[in-house]
Amino acid sequence: MKRRSGRKLAMLVMMTFVLSILAGCGGGGSETQDEQINVGINVELSGGVASYGTNSKDGMMLAIEQINAAGGVLGKQLNPIIKDCKSLPDEAMSVSANLVGEGIVAQLGPLTSGNVQGSTSVMMDNGIPLVAPAATAVNVTVDEKTGDIMDYIFRVCFIDPFQGTLMAEFASTNLEAKNAAIYMDASSDYGKGLAKYFKETFEANGGTIVTEEGFVKGDRDFKATLTKIKGHNPDFIYIPGYYEEAAPLIKQAREMGITAPIGGTDGWDSSDMVAVATAENLNNTYFTNHYSSQDTDPQIVAFVEAYKAKYNGKDPDSFAALGYDAVQLLVQAINDANSTEPEAITAALATIKDFQGITGKMTIDEQHNPVKAGVIIEFKDGGQVMKARIQP
Amino acid sequence: MLEFSQQLINGLSLGAIYALIALGYTMVYGIILLINFAHGDIMMVGAFVGFYSITLLGSNIVAAMIFAMIACAILGVVIEKIAYRPLRNSTRIAALITAIGMSLFLEYATIFLLGPQQKVFPQSAFPLQQYEIMGLLITNKDIFIIVSAVVLMIILQFIIKQTKTGKAMRAVSVDREAAVLMGISVDKTISITFAIGSALAAAAGVMIGVYYNTVNPLMGIIPGLKAFVAAVLGGIGLIPGAMVGGFVLGILETFVSGYGSSLYRDAVAFGVLILILLIKPTGLLGKNTGEKV
Amino acid sequence: MQEKKRNWLSFGGEVLILAAIFTIVQYAITAGLLNQYYQINLASMVINIILAVSLNLINGFTGQLSLGHAGFMAVGAYASVIMTNMLGYPFIAGLLMACLAAALAGFIIGVPTLRLKGDYLAIATLAFGEVIRVVLQNIDAVNGPAGIVGISRLTTWPWLFGAMLLTILVVVNLVNSSYGRAIISVREDEIASELMGINTTSYKVLAFVFGAMFAGLAGALYAHYFYIIKPETFNFLKSFDILVMVVLGGLGSTTGAVIAAMFITVLTAVLQSFPAIRMILYALTLIIVMIYRPQGLMGNRELSRQTFGRIWGGRK
Repeated sequence: MKRRSGRKLAMLVMMTFVLSILAGCGGGGSETQDEQINVGINVELSGGVASYGTNSKDGMMLAIEQINAAGGVLGKQLNPIIKDCKSLPDEAMSVSANLVGEGIVAQLGPLTSGNVQGSTSVMMDNGIPLVAPAATAVNVTVDEKTGDIMDYIFRVCFIDPFQGTLMAEFASTNLEAKNAAIYMDASSDYGKGLAKYFKETFEANGGTIVTEEGFVKGDRDFKATLTKIKGHNPDFIYIPGYYEEAAPLIKQAREMGITAPIGGTDGWDSSDMVAVATAENLNNTYFTNHYSSQDTDPQIVAFVEAYKAKYNGKDPDSFAALGYDAVQLLVQAINDANSTEPEAITAALATIKDFQGITGKMTIDEQHNPVKAGVIIEFKDGGQVMKARIQP
Repeated sequence: MLEFSQQLINGLSLGAIYALIALGYTMVYGIILLINFAHGDIMMVGAFVGFYSITLLGSNIVAAMIFAMIACAILGVVIEKIAYRPLRNSTRIAALITAIGMSLFLEYATIFLLGPQQKVFPQSAFPLQQYEIMGLLITNKDIFIIVSAVVLMIILQFIIKQTKTGKAMRAVSVDREAAVLMGISVDKTISITFAIGSALAAAAGVMIGVYYNTVNPLMGIIPGLKAFVAAVLGGIGLIPGAMVGGFVLGILETFVSGYGSSLYRDAVAFGVLILILLIKPTGLLGKNTGEKV
Repeated sequence: MQEKKRNWLSFGGEVLILAAIFTIVQYAITAGLLNQYYQINLASMVINIILAVSLNLINGFTGQLSLGHAGFMAVGAYASVIMTNMLGYPFIAGLLMACLAAALAGFIIGVPTLRLKGDYLAIATLAFGEVIRVVLQNIDAVNGPAGIVGISRLTTWPWLFGAMLLTILVVVNLVNSSYGRAIISVREDEIASELMGINTTSYKVLAFVFGAMFAGLAGALYAHYFYIIKPETFNFLKSFDILVMVVLGGLGSTTGAVIAAMFITVLTAVLQSFPAIRMILYALTLIIVMIYRPQGLMGNRELSRQTFGRIWGGRK
């Protein structure tokens, strides 16, 4: 008797198993309304890089709101479907498949290169374009082994070699640095990728890298490594990473009496830099960026104002600006294609020329990277001064 | 030699932060044998309370710390009542999972309410003073943190060893049933333990917020983990052990960064930790009592 | 006699059920009835089952609190990808290498640390898991924090199903063997079992090595399904996720681990559509389930322990 009830239970488990697999099989692919264009937003809203994903999503939603208010695209409203990928590549893949089932015409996000790569195979299998706001690794759009282009993957941000090289040239030419120290975000491919290209160019220019150090995301105490770097007495320090770590790092370096110029990347772009590191400590620091949020260009001013108005006076950071541009680029492609078919949008994305975004005027090249100008910005008494503008 | 001494100071100030968090951790553990993974997140809540009382109410650092400590003491008691008390007679690992759940809840409820972005403490909350003594740099913040850690440890040790409440706590930790028979209210004692432990976490949170100028909803994860490591390293359940463990871990990390490679900091620090545990399995200050049959 | 006949009948019945599940799902995939989203979650589910069942062997049956399971998963994932993607061996070689490497890692870590007790063991395994991650982050040959990208998708439903069956079969068999009784005696009372002449350390190491091996297998399947692996994926939070499944299912219950892994996978997938409150709901679920079922969904019971045991070759 006992055994029989056990067997029943065993069957029950098996049934649950099968059911949970098959459940809702018919539920996928909800009907798409003709008046709406479904755009998938697959971003990191929880997990380690939740703040990047949230900021970028805010930028995207601002753009979508503005576009819809102005009558939408091809007479249809954009319908954003937001899902969270938990800052994990496997989850990003699952979310993409989920979004595909809901009938999206394109996906925006995720933010980090690894999570975009998680999503990539689903986009490729289904022939739906993905516009990445901030995935900077080279192999996001190109398979480095075979040289094949990822047909459906696009981005609006710089790639690592461009920014790394830019800062290395600036350091050796404009600042005449000979001995540089690198202190990178070693927990992200972004930090490591930039450090690599900086090192290559800087050494090719005859400079020496005196020491290579790393921190991990979430670190707030950098004094041990800075004490070591100080001992090497470098005339330039390169800090590829994000503002959350870069700001306290620079503060501690200056408080410790390190006066050498410090260089950084577009990850530094945030009003928190001045708030945390203080204006005085930031003097003699430089970073590469797409644009300056303190630019007087009317388009940029309008964006910053609108963003602040929508989000309680918060300043947009580079993630927000890139998210905004990702939407605008997609809309441009839909308009160019005059169609909401994913294939047509993909073809249009690949041939976009002179698109004027917040982060600069860009043309998508054959490797699906935007060709756009980079700027080098100097912090001066808390303000941003554009030092140089470099066309690639 | 100068650099070595400087690194020692760096290590002490980092270690003091780990020690501050580890104190509350180890105290809760000592009384009810629960690894309270939510401790780091209570610290985060404390940091946010401190932040808002400084920016919105304009209170000074001491008032902010008191606000945060009161708020977190209440939070700690509530958490214990809702989430841990029903599990008091279940396995310890069940309570551990609840603690993980509570930790996630605090993190993501904060993100839901305030967004995941960091908030910046005003620089004026605690103006920096720098002293140079024989070529060594030390800031008032370092001194503040190190002194607070030591003072709090002494106060805690006093409470546990000298007061009636402390006696009740020790009794509960040794034998809960016997404590009941002696007329000690176990519920009340455990509530007080959580209140004190959480208030300590809040104090640590405000100090860390002020020290590094920023607070964010996920700030508790890594320091929480490191503090747990420090507590175990020193001998979990022992107040001086948390102190020693915190300083050892801080100095260890600093020296790996300073003299080895910062890229391998966490790997080497954790490696040394494993070695210490293998040599002395009950932690640095732990007594090897052997197991009762 | 009668008894024996019935045994054989039920054995046949259960083999049929398993074969039916396999065939139905395989058919659904080839006929395009299961869309990609369900396929991906099915793969996650099976990988989670393997992870939960293997960790349950260490945490549930042996009673040793290990917080480093994601580390072994990482070892398996990297070992298999090095074999297949970098050296060009077939998938089966990758899987075997993953098992071997993870088992070896389990042995190297287990031998010294399993002398530690309770929370000290927990912290040592957690530390080892983190050491593995940080080391991977700094090896340029496997691209450091960026990880390995472009891994061919070799993990298919037959592999997943086979690996899951193998894991459950071995774990159930091991637990029901004389080794298993020794292992459980270690959990129940380490000192008493030592007095009975059981070499507790070697049994603990045995369970640990087996657990690590299957975590490695899961890692290999994961790597060849999700296209990219990077060290950050295998941090201590991943270990916690696996631990949650084990405790939710009930420590020491293999069926419990299977059910909980399925439950957590489905829960995670369903919550994708509630981005703002996703993790809050997840956290509340953990807390509420634990308050109302502190022993886990299954306690330490199995669903029809005898039938399961017989199917998967265990003794009575």
